[in-house]
Amino acid sequence: MTEQKHALTPNKWIDNYADYLFNYTISRVNNSDLAKDLVQETFFAGLKSAKNFQGKATEKTWLVSILKRKIIDHYRKINSKKGQAEVRMSFYDDGENEGSWLEERVPQSWDNASEKRIENEELRIQLAACIDKLPEKYAMVFRMKTVQEFETEEICKELGITSSNLWVMIHRARTQLRRCMEDNWFNN
Amino acid sequence: MFKNLKITCNQATTICDKNQYGEGSVKELIKLNIHLILCRICMKYSKQNTTLSSFYKAYSMHCKDIKYCLSLEDKEALKAALEKNKE
Repeated sequence: MTEQKHALTPNKWIDNYADYLFNYTISRVNNSDLAKDLVQETFFAGLKSAKNFQGKATEKTWLVSILKRKIIDHYRKINSKKGQAEVRMSFYDDGENEGSWLEERVPQSWDNASEKRIENEELRIQLAACIDKLPEKYAMVFRMKTVQEFETEEICKELGITSSNLWVMIHRARTQLRRCMEDNWFNN
Repeated sequence: MFKNLKITCNQATTICDKNQYGEGSVKELIKLNIHLILCRICMKYSKQNTTLSSFYKAYSMHCKDIKYCLSLEDKEALKAALEKNKE
């Protein structure tokens, strides 16, 4: 018995896959315009390399694999931008105090923590605002890990980073988010 | 032996963050807990981290429920662009 070969039907791509690919992209990049561009580029690249499609995977899987490359290209671009915003340091990075808290970044007590624990719309808006303040690559990794709850291995594979890279980025993102929530939610 | 267990605040809070996802190794958790006994600042960070994790969890549940779709106009524009690209 021969395996069934999958065929491409580009005329139906948008009706069949545009929403799926768009949703897939936005859960990673969290920017609607950028997601639209990446989906469009994916379809263009799909058309261009349609002759190389061997029918081993389904059309959808094949399009997703193209999209994944577009997303990793985007990540590399934001990771290598010259003069890109880094998160603010919270620890001494050299000298005898290396690795200790910088005085001005030491966590403060949250005096009214108990009444601020209510989870509501206002809190979600504040969290979203704090995440948006992170440099893009930190926001992307934080969202994938914490909001979309992807496996560490999956994120590392998708972005071409090591797990220690990932944890350093998560750590920096969370340290900055803690401070942002301290200033804007707890002790405001 | 004990020297190997000593870590900085930066390392301790990195492990603490990792462990918010349940992914700290046993060795890392031993180092973290020794550090937390000695360091009140990181202890505070650790407690606050638990609160933040519960916030993130609720935020995540809310966000994951949202399904994003392209508008009909966007799809039409995409179709036109694709058609043009074929030529």
